[in-house]
Amino acid sequence: MLGYLARRLLYAIPILVGVNLLTFALFFVVNTPDDMARMQLGMKRVTPEAIERWKRERGYDRPVLWNGAAHGAAKATDTIFFDHSVKLFAFEFGKAESDGRDIREEICRRMGPSLAIALPVFLVGLAAYVSFALLMALFRATTLDFAGVVLCVVAMSISGMFYIIGGQYLVSKLWNLAPISGFAEGLAAWRFMLLPVAVALVAGFGESSRWYRTIFLEEMGRDYVRTARARGLSEARVMFRHVLRNALIPILTGVVVVIPSLFLGSLVMESFFGIPGLGSYTIDAINAQDFAVVRSMVFLGSVLYIVGLVLTDLSYTLVDPRIRFE
Amino acid sequence: MHCAISSTALATVRLFAVCGAGLLLGGCDHPWNDPYPPAERTSNTLYSSFTERPKHLDPVQSYSSNEIVFTAQVYTPPLQYHYLRRPFELTPFAAAALPEVRYLDAHGRQLENGAPAERVAFSVYEVKLRPDLRYQPHPAFALGTDGTPRYVPIDAAEAGRLRSPMELAEHGTRAVRAEDFVYQIKRLAHPKLHSPIFGLMSDYIVGLKEYGDTLKRAQEELDRTAGRGAWLDLRRFPLEGVEVVDESTYRVKLKGRYPQFIYWLAMPFFAPLPFEAERFYAQPALSARNVTLDWFPVGAGPYMLVINDPNRRMVLERNPNFFGESYPADGEPADAEAGLLADAGKPIPFIDRAVFSLEKEAIPYWNKFLQGWYDASGITSDAFDQAVQVGSGGQVTLTEEMQAKGIQLKTAVAPSTFYMGFNMLDAVVGGDSERARKLRQAISIAVDYEEYITIFANGRGIPAMGPLPPGIFGYREGEAGINPVVYDWVDGAARRKPIEAAQRLLAEAGYPGGTDSATGAPLTLYLDSTARGPDDKARLDWLRKQFARLDINLVVRATDYNRFQEKIRKGNAQIFQWGWNADYPDPENFLFLLHGAQAKVEAQGENAANWKNPAFDRLFGRMKAMDNGPERQALIDEMADIARRDAPWLWGLHPKEYGLAHGWVGNRKPNQIANNLLKYQRIHVAKRELQRAAWNRPVLWPLVAGALALAAVALPAVVSWRRRERRTERLAAAGEG
Repeated sequence: MLGYLARRLLYAIPILVGVNLLTFALFFVVNTPDDMARMQLGMKRVTPEAIERWKRERGYDRPVLWNGAAHGAAKATDTIFFDHSVKLFAFEFGKAESDGRDIREEICRRMGPSLAIALPVFLVGLAAYVSFALLMALFRATTLDFAGVVLCVVAMSISGMFYIIGGQYLVSKLWNLAPISGFAEGLAAWRFMLLPVAVALVAGFGESSRWYRTIFLEEMGRDYVRTARARGLSEARVMFRHVLRNALIPILTGVVVVIPSLFLGSLVMESFFGIPGLGSYTIDAINAQDFAVVRSMVFLGSVLYIVGLVLTDLSYTLVDPRIRFE
Repeated sequence: MHCAISSTALATVRLFAVCGAGLLLGGCDHPWNDPYPPAERTSNTLYSSFTERPKHLDPVQSYSSNEIVFTAQVYTPPLQYHYLRRPFELTPFAAAALPEVRYLDAHGRQLENGAPAERVAFSVYEVKLRPDLRYQPHPAFALGTDGTPRYVPIDAAEAGRLRSPMELAEHGTRAVRAEDFVYQIKRLAHPKLHSPIFGLMSDYIVGLKEYGDTLKRAQEELDRTAGRGAWLDLRRFPLEGVEVVDESTYRVKLKGRYPQFIYWLAMPFFAPLPFEAERFYAQPALSARNVTLDWFPVGAGPYMLVINDPNRRMVLERNPNFFGESYPADGEPADAEAGLLADAGKPIPFIDRAVFSLEKEAIPYWNKFLQGWYDASGITSDAFDQAVQVGSGGQVTLTEEMQAKGIQLKTAVAPSTFYMGFNMLDAVVGGDSERARKLRQAISIAVDYEEYITIFANGRGIPAMGPLPPGIFGYREGEAGINPVVYDWVDGAARRKPIEAAQRLLAEAGYPGGTDSATGAPLTLYLDSTARGPDDKARLDWLRKQFARLDINLVVRATDYNRFQEKIRKGNAQIFQWGWNADYPDPENFLFLLHGAQAKVEAQGENAANWKNPAFDRLFGRMKAMDNGPERQALIDEMADIARRDAPWLWGLHPKEYGLAHGWVGNRKPNQIANNLLKYQRIHVAKRELQRAAWNRPVLWPLVAGALALAAVALPAVVSWRRRERRTERLAAAGEG
């Protein structure tokens, strides 16, 4: 197991370097250091001297990937890419270029609100969708199942934005049951979480329930289920003890990988509901041409995704004793 | 089984009844959709919002409109604008009186006030301060028992979990001194602060440019010896052009005559900054927690920033050490009738606290305003029809829904201009030839900005007749102010010339029917635009149609903002759209956009059209150094005529701002130049509470209906489940039997 983990971590290094390289290339195709300086210094009365000074201070006066004027190893190391990449591997994100705030501190502050929405949506959603899918599978080929599938298809066909705007209109504006948007610290946050969590649950209901239903139906057609029924086990026992357990591997494949990314939040939800999370941090940084934040968030996203994949692999061993990482 | 279902159903109904009663009782207490903490319900707090988080709150860096909303309430520059009088008028703020200006010749001899600009080598502004200025309570001023700064150096444990400096236990204060104003002027040249006006001010303040070089060397030395981030104490480095006369007086010496300098004295760039604040915030333990001067200002103004969470909310609170001002006693003639003078002479600020919440999306923002959770609002395009109705005579009134809520509508033309520029370096539309000039004039007539304002701005704007917007000295109303190239004065109003006039000019330019008479090729022009959204498409289509009226093919080159700027910088754009918001209410602040010395390609200035007209430039030089008066007006008229004839811009429009405020907000008058407006406003808290409670009563039947619907779905499933289970049991029993 440890060997497997070490191998996976080693594989992660070239992936992260590659992602970083790609981020650099894409960012600097669209933005030059001069553009970045102009954006950060403002639109009015920016002098060429101020731009040069800004670039020099942040090391953007050097070549992006290859410094032909340098000697030896400095050709590669005396570049924007090397200077800004190495620190990322030590999780030193530095300061944002747009507002000078410490990026790590900002990420830590924003993670909480993102998680406050994403975690209940994830947990309640998983339980609700799996339960509903089990129910549909249990009543397969009946009116209830048909109605459930129709409901899922209808739910899937509606844009997520509609749920948000519709939810805000009905629940907050028409019925005055919850704040339209906003957030609070600590336990007081629950009032602001109700609506976004409910909207996210409804928005994700159709797709997830249908997906789980398909998994359960596939599992229910297997021989061991027929055997269990032939032995007179109750339907509840068949579903919960056997079908659910055996359907866990495909479920875990889709579910565990997103757990680490829950910290990163959701752009649209957080914008509409005024959640001060990480959802919009990257988009705001791209709009502000804040490369320090962009590269940090892309790097963090890659790391979390890799962690998610490793966790997924590990979770298989928990639900299927036959799987070993030798 | 029947009994079992009945008892379950009964229990469910009971549960709903209990919950419903609880909800109803709870609901009577206070609106459930209140986004603010219960403790704030009856507080004298103004609620507002911001859409974009501010980047800088350091007064030496902050230059954006979304930043000055905060800095203007905290900092005390020497001057401010009168809240009610129009045209805009400067009055003392931190200064005891308007500054005295002395003019000196090259030998330092004093000149009379009306001396011609060419004789003036230096201007000396002497600012006398109020004696009662004190800083807000702040830990930067806190002293230990031995008289040394309490939090310098700060204990690592104390800084460890800090989110705001105001969380520190001990605060201090001190009187504002002239040296603090001087310190702030020195900060304009700080190599790490990148003040946006350093370039401009170093052209005027004696020695500032060299001072920047001195500080740069000192900073490099400090970085080497003490490490990056160490505090550079500017008190050690004198600046030639700025002098402390005594504790409450300082002087600024400028090169030449620059009357516009006085307007800069009304901006936070020239507010006092105590060295203690810089020293306090320079500590790495604080900057690692994002506790910096750029985020937590230290001022002597009516408010202090106590919470700065730009991801959620920013909170200003009354500064207990504010020297205290009185509400103005006079204004425009209509102000008394509008109730704006009811508080004349009363001490301000009226409001104790202001909460600004981050609201990125227009829909929740607008709905929260309608529910009373925001005290004032602008009007988005989406909400325009809901808020405002335009009568047949063009009069603008609130809709019945808004009137029923007691909402007030305030309108004002902004001191801004949005124009379409021709690149004067372009071979087709640019240059000084009669051919190009007539082409530009023809297009000026053809693009109907009256129609544009009606279609795309809901009537919120006025067509521009020249570079100056209303409210700025030099702007002329009526027939004297029309652009004769584009308009005729008919029946007491400006009327755009007919399209035939434009076609005639186009033919004279050598493009009859939109075809180049020399080559026979159809005339195609190019507009560089960053507009790419769905709304923008309609605008650009409209623009194409306007050019098509002259049979000119307009090609829109969509480009991202970086490339757009690059094209403008290098002179590669042919036609472009741009705008300008006034920094201060002086014609120089608009006319310099057409000054040859500001040409974008040649001088990297603000003249994006690269227009150069020697006569205009000469007049600009004279006009700039003059005080307002008939002579200056005559020069401005002459300059406007030259610019209109040459038509380097389609003059575009001056936007009209529409603002809404609830009936409980008092003393609200639009003022597009001043920013320290919070202190004048008043909130009638009890009235607000009543209205909010009335507008936001929770509607509970959907909860009950939802629960019942859920039960209606669940019950058949449970019944069916149990039936199936029993059948399985029966079959199993039969099999065993």
